[in-house]
Amino acid sequence: MNFSEVFKQTNQLCKVSPDGKYLATCVQYRLVVRDVSTLQILQLYTCLDQVSHMEWSSDSLFILCAMYNRGLVQVWSLEQPDWHCKIDEGSIGLVSSRWSPDGRHILNTTEFHLRVTVWSLCTKAVSYIKHPKACQKAVDFSRDGRYLALAERRDCKDYVCVFVCDDWHLLRHFETETQDLAGLEWSPNGCVLAVWDSCLEYKVLLYSLDGRLLSTYSAYEWSLGVKSVSWSPSSQFLAIGSYDEKVRILNHITWKKIAQFEHPAILDSTKATVYKEVEKRPAVGSDEMSLHSITIGTTLFNTQSKYEISPLPVQIPVVKPDPDRANPKIGISALAFSSDSRYLATKNDNMATAVWVWDMQKMSLQAVLEQTSAVRCFQWDPLRPRLALCTGNAKLYLWSPGGCVSVQVPAEGGFQVQSLNWHCSGDSVILLGKEQLCLCYMDTDQEDK
Amino acid sequence: MPESSTVKDVLSSSVECRTSPLRRFSLTSLHRNSLGVFCSEDNVQECLSHISQELSSFGLPPVWTAGGGSELNIVAVLNCMYDLIQLHRRGLRTLENMEVEQLKSNSNVDFLQLSTTRLKEQLEISKRENTGLLERERQLQLKVKSLQNCLKNEKEEVQKLQNVIASRASQYNHEMKRKEREFNKLKERLNQLLVDKKEKKQAIDVLNNIGRADGKRSLWKTEKTEAKHEGEMYKTLLSDYDTRQRELQLENAELRKVLQQMKKDMVSILSSRKQAAKGDKHEHGGTQAASEEEDEVFDSSKDSVELYCVHAREKLTNSIRLQWRRLKSHVERLDSQVSSAQTSESKTADAVPRETHEEEMDRLKLEIQQCKDFIQAQQQLLQQQLSSPCDEETASLLSDCYMLQEKERLGDEWKTLEEQRKIFERERRNFTEAAIRLSHERKAFEEERATWLKHQFLNLSPFSDSKKPSLSKSKSAFLISAETEVSAAVAPEKFIKHQSEPPSCVPLTSPSTADLYRTLCLIPEDSSTKPKTKMEHVEESSVFCGNAPVRHKLWDDIQDRTLSQEKNSSI
Repeated sequence: MNFSEVFKQTNQLCKVSPDGKYLATCVQYRLVVRDVSTLQILQLYTCLDQVSHMEWSSDSLFILCAMYNRGLVQVWSLEQPDWHCKIDEGSIGLVSSRWSPDGRHILNTTEFHLRVTVWSLCTKAVSYIKHPKACQKAVDFSRDGRYLALAERRDCKDYVCVFVCDDWHLLRHFETETQDLAGLEWSPNGCVLAVWDSCLEYKVLLYSLDGRLLSTYSAYEWSLGVKSVSWSPSSQFLAIGSYDEKVRILNHITWKKIAQFEHPAILDSTKATVYKEVEKRPAVGSDEMSLHSITIGTTLFNTQSKYEISPLPVQIPVVKPDPDRANPKIGISALAFSSDSRYLATKNDNMATAVWVWDMQKMSLQAVLEQTSAVRCFQWDPLRPRLALCTGNAKLYLWSPGGCVSVQVPAEGGFQVQSLNWHCSGDSVILLGKEQLCLCYMDTDQEDK
Repeated sequence: MPESSTVKDVLSSSVECRTSPLRRFSLTSLHRNSLGVFCSEDNVQECLSHISQELSSFGLPPVWTAGGGSELNIVAVLNCMYDLIQLHRRGLRTLENMEVEQLKSNSNVDFLQLSTTRLKEQLEISKRENTGLLERERQLQLKVKSLQNCLKNEKEEVQKLQNVIASRASQYNHEMKRKEREFNKLKERLNQLLVDKKEKKQAIDVLNNIGRADGKRSLWKTEKTEAKHEGEMYKTLLSDYDTRQRELQLENAELRKVLQQMKKDMVSILSSRKQAAKGDKHEHGGTQAASEEEDEVFDSSKDSVELYCVHAREKLTNSIRLQWRRLKSHVERLDSQVSSAQTSESKTADAVPRETHEEEMDRLKLEIQQCKDFIQAQQQLLQQQLSSPCDEETASLLSDCYMLQEKERLGDEWKTLEEQRKIFERERRNFTEAAIRLSHERKAFEEERATWLKHQFLNLSPFSDSKKPSLSKSKSAFLISAETEVSAAVAPEKFIKHQSEPPSCVPLTSPSTADLYRTLCLIPEDSSTKPKTKMEHVEESSVFCGNAPVRHKLWDDIQDRTLSQEKNSSI
């Protein structure tokens, strides 16, 4: 495993182009485009203000830089560095900006969610979409890029608009049976739209592409409901994580629950392996505690750690959330399927230091990874069943069915990995710290425990 | 009498407490005499002394002194009697009193007994009541406990619901605050916009338009495009349904196959078991056989018909369930058998199968051993064969021993072939000679014909009868000559045969192959010829065929000639 040197970035804005060749990062108000393999700077663009959001177009030719404070969006071309495009939303403000799947339209959501403006870079034409909903996930493009689903709120009722991305023609507009729609997501095959209600009501609705309601699912009433939803890449399963610390799996044929994954604090009788991260503290003698060593501090901060298999029964540390606060830190907040739909990784906010990996073939727990600090981010390798996670320290953790490994990021000054992104080829991981970024290149042969 | 005896007894008993051996002795001597009377005329003195003694023991003044003789003081005696009577009365009175007392005490005892029985009954009753009350108390306590549990549960549920309400309330509050904040921001922005005169408009500033990603030109929005979008959407949905249905069909087929396989296995297991264990299965045998028959019938029908209709599917699942139930019951029976055999230590149920099993094993082992021995023997022989050294003669003899028979046969066939070849050579020679002769004769015939024609022409007269014999003769001669080449080595009978045919209708068709063969003596008409094998036939036919076209050609040439001659002659 090789690590690149550390580069600067701001705002955690660091994205690899869809074709996997380029890496774009934002440093203050500059946009830096590097080659992924050599990390040499290829292009350097200067934006008008600090960039809030940066996104590659689907054909990897253009980069969008949105500055929400100024209400500006600047688009840069990789092929022609001289080309420029600036979209000014004016007094109406800007809250979010994104590309359309064809890479030629930009959808800007104005402040207060007054409307969504669709700017065309081909014709400079403008379309408006009224009454967009301000919720967790109101906009979703289907994976083949043909349809856009948008949540709408009109007269205290929720609607879903389905647009054809070709010409922004409104294909379907239907009301949903939700109290307060919180999010929507297309299935990977583009035929089913999952719509879920806010956490005050557990309700997941499944609509067909043509707007028919296929099924409704509600596990219980009154208690706080859905926290996270994820489709499996094969569109066979829909995983729903809720505030009751359980994940329910629905199948795509009957839309009924086929499995329920629980996250108990004490693991007693299970066939899963529990990996516990154990830190190996280097023995520090009293004569070594000189000022010199403390100020350098790397040996103290960068403690080596390794995984040990804990024998059952295992108790996972639980942090009880504050009952008076809204959006309590309890429940399944993160769900991720592996690319072959074989594994599902979940995180229970109650037990923030643990990541649970479930085997979807056997519908049972495969492994539990217990870390020393709260897990910040985890992501599956786009090609292989390999999970990378980080906990805010200077280590990268990898799990695969063969075992798991903890890798120290060799960076000076304490690089704290706060989030990570896999490269689309699965050969490298981009580690993002607070103000830094680092690339980790995987070996082509499998790592072992 | 009994009175005096009882008095005596009483006296004796009252005296006994102060007895002395003397007194006893005196008592016994003065016991009843034969008549049963205490005093008689003989023992008056003793009686007197005894009585006075007795009286003195009672505390009464003596009645008789020893020196007074047998004369009694009457006064004293009367006093004594009176004292005695008084004593007696007193005694009676005390007896009465005592009896009364006893009666009283008896009645007391009775009363007490009654009262104890009553009290005992009461005690019994109260005990029973007590237990009843205890029982009720226990039940009530249980109820209390369960009610307490219910109360606890309800309290917990209430607590939970309160928590839920609290979380919902906090969530609502949070949302409210968020909305209020947004509202405030909106108000501020509105104020700002009202105050701010300079309105920044929306604008896009692009250096140049870029082409579409797919290179196509953008289309106007028309009904056609709308319809196209609808169509595409439905196409996507339909293709998805198609793939899903295909997948499900495949899965169904797989599962059906598995189920059928399972059913077959189960049926085979059950039927084999039925054959093996003849004990208690007979009573079930009838029903099983019947149902299995129908299953088998159904099996055959199933093989031909696909299970697409609901009924067939249900039948399959029902039959699977039935078989599974049977298998399960069978396994349970076996389990119980095993367990009963283990507990009762009588292994008769298992003995038979085990014995047969062991026998089977032994037989198989024996078979294996035999086979192994056989293989070993074979190997040994082979080794011997390959490695054993043998002398030259035997070696040469044995070198091609497997081919000997065939070599001999080959030699024979070769000989016959050689003979055939000779025959053919001879015949060819004959044929060539015959051909030469024929050409000579033809020449002669031509000359003769020429002369004959000349004669004919010159002698053209109405009297043609005289020429016929010569014509016929010449014709017959021609026939003969024509046929000599065919029947060169023919027997004379053949000549006559052909001659018998009328000259006008000469069969100008070539003789059949059989005739030709026959004439050439190739096909044996008599059995004197050598035995011919198939090979010879083949050889001959090939040889003959080789020459046949030549002969046919010759024959055809001759035919042509004759035909032309005939034509010429008919003119």
